[in-house]
Amino acid sequence: MFAARHWREIPRRYRMEAGKCTTCGKVFFPSRLICDACKNKEFETVTLPDEGEILTYTVIRTPPSGFEDEAPYAVGIVKLGDVQLLTQIVDCEFDKLAVGGKVRVEFRRIQESGKSGILCYGYKCVPA
Amino acid sequence: MEGIVGYGAYIPVHRIKVEEIAKVWGADAPSYKRGLMLEEKSVPSPDQDVITMSVQAARYAVKRAGIDPKKIGNIYIGSESHPYAVKPSGTVVAEAIGCTPDVHCADYEFACKAGSEGMFVSYGLVKAGLVEYGLGIGADTSQGAPGDALEYAASAGAAAFIFGRENVLATVDATASYMTDTPDFWRREHQFYPRHASRFTGEPAYFKHTVGAGKMLLEESGMKPEDFQYATFHQPNGKFPMRVGKMLGFTPEQIKQGWLVPKLGNTYSGASPLGLTAILDVAKPGDKVFMVSYGSGSGSDGFVFTVTERIKKVQDLGPKTWDQLNRQKYLDYGTYAKFRGKIHKLEVK
Repeated sequence: MFAARHWREIPRRYRMEAGKCTTCGKVFFPSRLICDACKNKEFETVTLPDEGEILTYTVIRTPPSGFEDEAPYAVGIVKLGDVQLLTQIVDCEFDKLAVGGKVRVEFRRIQESGKSGILCYGYKCVPA
Repeated sequence: MEGIVGYGAYIPVHRIKVEEIAKVWGADAPSYKRGLMLEEKSVPSPDQDVITMSVQAARYAVKRAGIDPKKIGNIYIGSESHPYAVKPSGTVVAEAIGCTPDVHCADYEFACKAGSEGMFVSYGLVKAGLVEYGLGIGADTSQGAPGDALEYAASAGAAAFIFGRENVLATVDATASYMTDTPDFWRREHQFYPRHASRFTGEPAYFKHTVGAGKMLLEESGMKPEDFQYATFHQPNGKFPMRVGKMLGFTPEQIKQGWLVPKLGNTYSGASPLGLTAILDVAKPGDKVFMVSYGSGSGSDGFVFTVTERIKKVQDLGPKTWDQLNRQKYLDYGTYAKFRGKIHKLEVK
C-alpha cells in the first residue's frame, strides 16, 4: 500500500465514512459511483456505528506477505449497522471468539510500507 | 470561564508483571516492587502507537465534549515516541476525528511533560480567543533498554483534553511553569533507547521542578493543599509522586485516585494527564484538583481546576480510566519483546 493509495482511502479507513444512496437508502462501504439497487448516482456521506457483531471469523496461521509477524491473527466479517465488512479482530482470545460476539471498532496501524515507508492506519475490531 | 469541555483516556489491554521482567534479567523482583512501588505495566500491541492511542482518547474527548469536531481550532500532541521522525502525528489524529482542514497542528516534545505542554498552549489559545476549542493530547509508547531500570516502568497510554469557553466541566483557575536546563534523561538522534543519570533524576531534577511548579501554583491560586480534593503528579514510579505530594503538604488520600503507576507503569507524556482523567471520572461538582507534570531536561507545568456541575453529565459518556486499567491480558517476556520490537524474525529474501 503506497502513499497516494493510502491517502485516497483516508475517509473510509480513518473515519468509517460510507455512502448512502439518496434515493433508496442503501449504504455502501466504501461508497461507490452508482447504486446497484436503483442506479442513482447521488450519495450522502454517513459514518458507520463503532459497535457491531461478528457474522463469521477465522484464524490466519499462514499469513500473506507483510503480515508474517502478526500470525496467528483473527479476521472476521463484522456487521456494523447496515454494512458488512472484513476486518482483523485483535486483542482477543481465539477460543472466545463466537458468531454473534459483540465487537467495537478501534483505530490501529494496518500496515507498514517497509522499514522506511509510510505507516498505514485504519480500523480493526476488538471484543466489546 | 475557560476550562476543559471534554476528556478521554486510552490504555492498551496488554500488561507485563515486574516479576516476569526481573526473572529474565536475574533481578530481585520484590526489591523493585518495594523500592519503586511498581507491580506491572501496560504494553502496546504491535499495531498500536502514539497515533492510534491518541485517536482513541481524542474520540472519547469529543464524545464527552458533545461538540462538532470541525470547531476544534488546534491539535497538539505531546510525546517522546512519535511514530515518525519527520511527519506529524497530529495530522493523522486530526483527520481521524474529522477536524481538518481549518486547524492549527503541531507535535510537541519535552520528555514526559510534552502532554501538559499541549494542554497549556491549547488553554492559552482558547483564553486568548484565537480558537473556539483546543485539543491537547499526552501520549507515549515509551521504551526502556532491556535490563535497565526503565524497562520495569516504561509503558503506554494516552489522555486527551478539549479546552473551551462554554459548557466547561472543569475551569482552569491557575497555571504555572517551572523550567531549567537539567540533563537527567535524554535520547540522542538515531538512538532507540533513552539514557538517564540514575540518582541525578531525583532531587535536582524531578523533585526540584515538581516542587518548584507546585509552590508557584499554590501561590498563584492563593490556596493551601488542604483546599484540594485531589492531586496528581508526574509518576515515573510509585514512590516519587507520593513523596513529592508529601513535600508539598498533600496526603496519600488526595493522590490515590490519580496514582495509576503501580498498575499502569510510566506513560511518560500521558502520566499526569491520565491521572487527571482518572480523577475527573469520579470528581464531584465543586471539587478542586491540583496537577503538576514533569519532563526531563527539565521542567514542570501545573494546573488548578475546579470541577463544575456538567461533570455529572459526561463521566459515563466514555470508558473510565480505572475500568480500562482493570481490564488486562498478561504477556510473557518473549511476547513482550516481540511486541516492542526488541527481537525480530530473520528476513529471508
